[in-house]
Amino acid sequence: MQFWVIQSLNSLALGGVLFTLAAGFSLIFGLMRIANLSHGAYFMLGAYVGLDMLLRGYNFGVAVLAAGVSVAILGGLVERFVLRRLSGNPLSQVLATLGIAFVVADFSLWMWGGDPLPVSGPDMLSGAARMFGMAFPLYRLSMVVFSIMIAIGLWLLLDKTRLGMMIRASVDDMQMARGVGIPSSRLFTIVFCLGAALAGIGGILAAPILSVYPGMDTDMLPLALVVVILGGVGSLLGAFVGSFVIGFIYTFGQALLPDLAYIVLFLPMVIILAVRPRGLFGRIGA
Amino acid sequence: MKKQAVLVLLILLLALPWLIGGDYYINLSSQVLIAAMLALGLNLLVGYAGLTSLGHAGYLGMSAYMCAWLILNLQWGHFPAALAALGATTLMAAVFGLIALRASGLSFLMITLALGQILWGIAYRWAAVTGGDNGLSGFARPAPFGIGLDDPVHFYYFTLFVFLLIWGLIAIWSRSPFGTTVRGTRDQPRRMNALGYNVWLIRWITFTVSGFLGGVAGLMYVYYHQFISPHTLSLTNSAEMLLMVIAGGPGTLTGPVIGAAVVVLLKNVASGFIDRWVMLLGFVFILIVTFVPGGIVAGLGRATARWRTSLGRTKAHAAESMSLPPTAKDAR
Repeated sequence: MQFWVIQSLNSLALGGVLFTLAAGFSLIFGLMRIANLSHGAYFMLGAYVGLDMLLRGYNFGVAVLAAGVSVAILGGLVERFVLRRLSGNPLSQVLATLGIAFVVADFSLWMWGGDPLPVSGPDMLSGAARMFGMAFPLYRLSMVVFSIMIAIGLWLLLDKTRLGMMIRASVDDMQMARGVGIPSSRLFTIVFCLGAALAGIGGILAAPILSVYPGMDTDMLPLALVVVILGGVGSLLGAFVGSFVIGFIYTFGQALLPDLAYIVLFLPMVIILAVRPRGLFGRIGA
Repeated sequence: MKKQAVLVLLILLLALPWLIGGDYYINLSSQVLIAAMLALGLNLLVGYAGLTSLGHAGYLGMSAYMCAWLILNLQWGHFPAALAALGATTLMAAVFGLIALRASGLSFLMITLALGQILWGIAYRWAAVTGGDNGLSGFARPAPFGIGLDDPVHFYYFTLFVFLLIWGLIAIWSRSPFGTTVRGTRDQPRRMNALGYNVWLIRWITFTVSGFLGGVAGLMYVYYHQFISPHTLSLTNSAEMLLMVIAGGPGTLTGPVIGAAVVVLLKNVASGFIDRWVMLLGFVFILIVTFVPGGIVAGLGRATARWRTSLGRTKAHAAESMSLPPTAKDAR
């Protein structure tokens, strides 16, 4: 019983981590039709920047802010100066994001070394909550709450604001949106920064659970890809549901079949591609 | 003209061990040839079929692991182990093709990347079979017809033989009617469909053949290094292979070979001076896609055409040679 409950909490926490990563990825893909392969690297960079701030004695909130802002700035620069030059050629754009992923990953290795670094969460959230005679690590519970808060924030942004309306219009029909005067060029930059910031924030939020290590980027990227393939590109709901499904499958896969967790991960992807290639909630044909 | 160039190149390749001294350079040449095999196989998919795969290191790894495992654990001979490895890799490519070809364009790329990373994860985590991070090592190179391949020169000629075989096959294939249909599905999938071609089947066959060629290169890889570890299956490695194709010139016969030579030499030279190869790889990637789209071969073609124009020898055929070989247009 204890095993199932604790593993379920771990699954939820991993799902929350994956959501911060997949939401931005999905948003960028939906709007710009770019599979941003540097997303895993942004996630890792966010974790390292946050850790750096913590080591300098700032509190966790500042670390999260710094991670989000610095990765957003990097994302904005990449969008303006690299991807913009290649607009109209999605394949080149994707390969450029892959190049950036390598540069960022190697830079992180250079700056922060090759050893895994532990990160402690805020003191307030350390320890465990005792309920029904079981101990639940507080930080993992809060990770679930964080991700739900981010999901609600994104939903409000996309569904209730003028900016969100413009983004949704551009996702559905870019040419028409341009025609009615939506500044899609500025939207691209905003969405790319937003997606990158989410990945950076996700990185530092996940750091107390996963710790920070080189190779974190290529560990997380395929998980995010599988989430997006499962949930459907461009769909926030899809990213949300997909994240938690993969969170459960991966966590229980690792606990029950530690050697073969990756094969277990592969199954939902195969099934969904066989039955519904555009994903559970995808509206864009692949 | 072109035939003569190929002949000169062939003689150069055959005479290489006499032209350059030292085992280091001969081994480096073998490495270039193995990388070129990989790039040629991947080019079938990326260049001719317009399907960009980012998981190709998986086929290399599958075949290398399978071969090494059979030799080490079941004491199989080299020949049956090689056949079994090729068979298993081809089968895996066929199954992966069924999955990945549910999509095309960027979704195809994402699926191949995910599949490649899953294979990497299996190689890394399933330590009971794959040896985990330590990989598999400790077996001898084969000795076909009693000729030991431990000698670098022998190994070079063996590699050259396999390389020329693959090169010849792909040259024939790309000129065959089937090669033309593959290019058709890249440029105009809808029209090909309307003309009655089974676009999906053509792509699937190309995918499987490309995986098979990756398997052949994987065997050569494991014979050369006598060692295989999860690192070989990493995303960095898949990306390196893709860079060879894209840098050289996708959809051409010489492009991937030149790209492979450039990447392997760059990697060897660069690692002598700096230990930031991955960062350099990233920058080269960005620079190539930004400034030399279509690859080095096409880029050189354009540069010479421009040079001729500036010499005032503008002719109709100069303009013709300026036209780019088709790159992966239907990226979506």
